Amino acid sequence: MIAIIDYGMGNLKSIHNALTTVAGSPVIIPDSRALAGVDADAIVIPGVGAFGDAMRNLSPFADALFDLVDSGMPVLGICIGMQVLFDRSEEGDAAGFGLIRGDVVRLPDSVRIPQMGWNELTIRRDSDLLAGIEDGDFFYFVHSYYCVLKDEKAVVATTDYGVDMAAVVEKDNIHAVQFHPEKSSKKGLVILKNFVEMTKC
Amino acid sequence: MLAKRIIPCLDCDLGVPRGRVVKGVKFKQIRYAGVPWELAEEYDRQGADELIFLDITASHERRETMAKVIEKTSENVFIPLTVGGGIKSLSDARTAFNAGADKVSINTAALKNPGLIGEIAEYFGTQACVVAIDAKRRYGHERGRVVVDTPDGECWFECSFYGGREFTGIDAIQWAIEAEERGAGDIMLTSMDRDGTKDGFDIELTAAVSDSVNIPVIASGGCGSPGHILEVLKETNASAALAASIFHFGEYTVADVKEYLRKGGVYMRLQARS
Repeated sequence: MIAIIDYGMGNLKSIHNALTTVAGSPVIIPDSRALAGVDADAIVIPGVGAFGDAMRNLSPFADALFDLVDSGMPVLGICIGMQVLFDRSEEGDAAGFGLIRGDVVRLPDSVRIPQMGWNELTIRRDSDLLAGIEDGDFFYFVHSYYCVLKDEKAVVATTDYGVDMAAVVEKDNIHAVQFHPEKSSKKGLVILKNFVEMTKC
Repeated sequence: MLAKRIIPCLDCDLGVPRGRVVKGVKFKQIRYAGVPWELAEEYDRQGADELIFLDITASHERRETMAKVIEKTSENVFIPLTVGGGIKSLSDARTAFNAGADKVSINTAALKNPGLIGEIAEYFGTQACVVAIDAKRRYGHERGRVVVDTPDGECWFECSFYGGREFTGIDAIQWAIEAEERGAGDIMLTSMDRDGTKDGFDIELTAAVSDSVNIPVIASGGCGSPGHILEVLKETNASAALAASIFHFGEYTVADVKEYLRKGGVYMRLQARS
């Protein structure tokens, strides 16, 4: 079973529906106590909105989340749920969880902000998460900031929007995507299904 | 590279059980097109990048019908869904988001209470609030207006509200700039002069607004052929084009249109055909 952390950022309906389609009904985790005691195969950190608000709402979950990550439980961060895994964001100049080394910075002024719409992936290395996904497949992005990694080896795929940025990142049992797989039609569901399959190993 | 978006618009008459998609001409005559979620699934299969559901009945008791339409659609359609028509408050917006909408589109309510844009943006993110602008050409100079040169002479653009039934005196270009400052994520820009005519988008209007704001502009009103979409996406900085009737009545599929646009040099997300 997949657990979705509900930290009050945006609505969970889309990710709930998408996971239901590929894996059966997920469980919603409303607070840190529920997260600490969760009996799940994997954790999804969804989210839209501002980094500072997201971290403020997520900070009570930190200890339970770190324990689960240490135990090897697969985690998937989506959009702002990806960005909070990094050290720090320019947005609100706030600290993140530091589970992946790097910073979150604003998109360059040369492009319309936010990036809103479908952009294509360039796959940098093989990953089970991207099984069935090809170079040039499109995914739905909505964001104004992007992640700059200290360790380039963690970058699985990139996308180009004024800058070549990390779109899919993996480090051990932590997986993260800048786009919204739950809003990326069939290819997005393929990625969610791949994530669910990985948790069964 | 970010693809330009093709967005079918479903004008929903919610006065019947399950709702139905209709198409008006110049905001008036109505033709029947189909059941909302069935059309939505078909457009997703064809490669639509987003969908907009507009409640053209928009009376209070219909809001629950729209919520049901969105709930039903969002179970099987995994592309961004926008709901508009009759959203007057944060609580109306919340009803739409809880049903599965990703964005709400506001027009009249934003003009009457501009603070609503910021409220929605604060609670649901700036991507979540689409400001819809219905603009009509007003030929001639007027003090304090943004005047645009067109083949038919100089004009400014006036915002209307209440579904095109009343005019506000507000300059559409200035309003778009204010909407961006207040936290709008997209501008959905409809030409009232072109809507329902199938004569093509208002290029001058779309160019003027998309050059004045940094958020994406969705061009709307007047689409009668794929060539019209090619024109507006090549000649202006619009990020997306909205069309209704050319898709609803089976004249073209979304896939046909997108292939045509890509051949014409517009960057498009194409799906492998099965």
